[in-house]
Amino acid sequence: MAEASKMQISDEVAIQITGMNKWYGQFHVLRDINMTVQRGERIVICGPSGSGKSTLIRCINRLEEHQQGQIIVDGTELTNDLKNIDKVRSEVGMVFQHFNLFPHLTILENCTLAPIWVRKVPKKEAEETAMHFLRKVKIPEQANKYPGQLSGGQQQRVAIARSLCMKPRIMLFDEPTSALDPEMIKEVLDTMIQLAEEGMTMLCVTHEMGFAQAVANRVIFMDQGQIVEQNEPKEFFSNPKSDRTKLFLSQILGH
Amino acid sequence: MSETHAQTVTYVRDSMLPPAPPPVGERGAVKWLRENLFSSPLNIALTVLGVLIVWWLVSASLPWWLNSVWNASSLGQCREIVAASAGEGATGACWAMVRERWHQFIFGFYPPSEWWRPVLAFGLLFAALAPVLFAGQKRNLTLILGGVLAYLVVTLYLAGAPGVAFALSLLLVAGLLVVAQVAPGRLLWFTLIFPALCFWLLWGGSIWSPIVAMAGFGVLYAVFRFGSPFIGLAPAAGAGVVAAALWWLYIDHAIADRLQAALPFAIEAVRSDLFGGFLLAIVIGVTGIAFSLPIGILLALGRQSDMLIVKTLSVGFIEFIRGVPLITLLFTASLLLQYFLPPGTNFDIILRVIILVTFFAAAYLAEVIRGGLAALPRGQYEAADALGLDYWRAQRLIILPQALKISIPSIVSTFIGLFKDTTLVAFVGLMDPLKGVTQIVRADINWKGIYWEPYIFVGAIFFVICFGMSRYSMYLERKLKTDHR
Repeated sequence: MAEASKMQISDEVAIQITGMNKWYGQFHVLRDINMTVQRGERIVICGPSGSGKSTLIRCINRLEEHQQGQIIVDGTELTNDLKNIDKVRSEVGMVFQHFNLFPHLTILENCTLAPIWVRKVPKKEAEETAMHFLRKVKIPEQANKYPGQLSGGQQQRVAIARSLCMKPRIMLFDEPTSALDPEMIKEVLDTMIQLAEEGMTMLCVTHEMGFAQAVANRVIFMDQGQIVEQNEPKEFFSNPKSDRTKLFLSQILGH
Repeated sequence: MSETHAQTVTYVRDSMLPPAPPPVGERGAVKWLRENLFSSPLNIALTVLGVLIVWWLVSASLPWWLNSVWNASSLGQCREIVAASAGEGATGACWAMVRERWHQFIFGFYPPSEWWRPVLAFGLLFAALAPVLFAGQKRNLTLILGGVLAYLVVTLYLAGAPGVAFALSLLLVAGLLVVAQVAPGRLLWFTLIFPALCFWLLWGGSIWSPIVAMAGFGVLYAVFRFGSPFIGLAPAAGAGVVAAALWWLYIDHAIADRLQAALPFAIEAVRSDLFGGFLLAIVIGVTGIAFSLPIGILLALGRQSDMLIVKTLSVGFIEFIRGVPLITLLFTASLLLQYFLPPGTNFDIILRVIILVTFFAAAYLAEVIRGGLAALPRGQYEAADALGLDYWRAQRLIILPQALKISIPSIVSTFIGLFKDTTLVAFVGLMDPLKGVTQIVRADINWKGIYWEPYIFVGAIFFVICFGMSRYSMYLERKLKTDHR
């Protein structure tokens, strides 16, 4: 499976980050980040908490501002220009740790809201698209319920469907399974694996090493705001180069 | 079970227990009495004490209510009737005063021949509110509009409305009823023109004044609409407001006068100092409520803004208005404002009071709504951003619906407070129902010395209106409850 999906990676650059630095006040949270993501790549970012991995992917759709360096997403550079930011955001889907569904709207309305108001898709067409993706994440029967009536795993799958309804070219996942009960993790990971197999460009912050081994074509390990090591998953897990990586892997795979 | 469990480590249940009913003392009325009234010696004592207090209150006031007199021409006559029927020394309420003077409590000194106008405006108020309060709910809309129709048939007849006005009003409401069946959303158009219609009905004069004044909003919209592609949303909105202000200050009157000269159509004008009683309270209260909510929302958003000037202005406005007693603002409205306006401007006193009451409520609402905004998790803002919604869409579609829902109880409290505060206009010489009208009634030699009755009457009407608002807010909360916590 991993071999097959490798074929879909193109030479086209989806995300280009060069010499990027970010501070929270005095605290230097991201240090000299350089990375290139090809279209179709599936990258897993891992690292101890506080290593800046969430901040990094949140910079990619400008939920966080960077202070130095350059981030180019889909050919658009992220600056203070609001038009560019909205353009990038409508092309980049994001799935959060705590789902962040809109509790006052039904599942269907959650999924159609952005297509209708941002993409100006007619309501009927937006609803058809939404139902298509809800079927894909296997919860079409919940379309008229409210988020509060669904389990955590179902809510996260709705969140994925909501992002997909914008037909994004890149998907960002910020610890999508960390807030879930163990028995619900699988249903969300299955959805993500399916997405990966269809060739979506994905950046995923996660501690699910099984997922990384199954679908990622690159694993990035971060510590103290820096990229410490990156490699193919097989090589990364069986033969980590840096001591920091070895320690981290022994801690999360130890038991 | 515990015994078995304690003695052996392995334990397997071989039959499941069927559900059993709770013990007798733990269900039904017995349980309720025990838990709520007689749960401890202290509570038993308090229950007995409470019953005694209620008994004492009822037994002291009941005769006064039972000996009520409805037909008399003066307080002295009331007392004679009570003495004759219930014996010397008995007390009794004298509602005859209400029977004789109710119109002052309702209309103040509004000319009796024109009473049909406030009556009509009051009925149409509900027709205008219905599409806002029960958006798109055909059944409720039909019920309310049907009620308005019935109310107008009776009251307009009783108030002796001219035949043409009578027919036109009924036709209008019947038309709205039809619209409610076909396209309930369209009813909002009536809500939009209602303020101008209401203004014209109450104050009278040329019909062109309200129409030309409403055109000012058209100017605002046009400037905003055609300006925004070139100079951006916010500057276009600012330019629109400036254009509308210029329209109202310099162009409005001239055009209205010309139109009136060309196509004269007017009803008798009524001066502001004739307004009084609940007519006044409701005009000030409803206008204040309708305008303070949008202003309050903008102030709350302004206070959270990243733009320094917007933020400073919002904070300054909110803190200043909240830090000053309402009465001070009312005095400002009645006395000081005249000094700041160009000489010769006759700025209506009721309008001035409405503006300051609106600002006062808006400042409070801004803080209430800010609380609602702060209660939303950051994730909601982030999710809206991540989907590419711009600021105003995110606010309108995601943030405000939730923040306002959280704030409903406090918003309605503020509205109720505002409505009751309208009685404070007595201090600037307006005839509010509580102090203004009551004083006038008591100044009459026939009713000198009447004390409880006017306050109870006015209080009861206030209670009905405020209780109605409170119930509606509870209905709204239930309807909007989607989080299933």
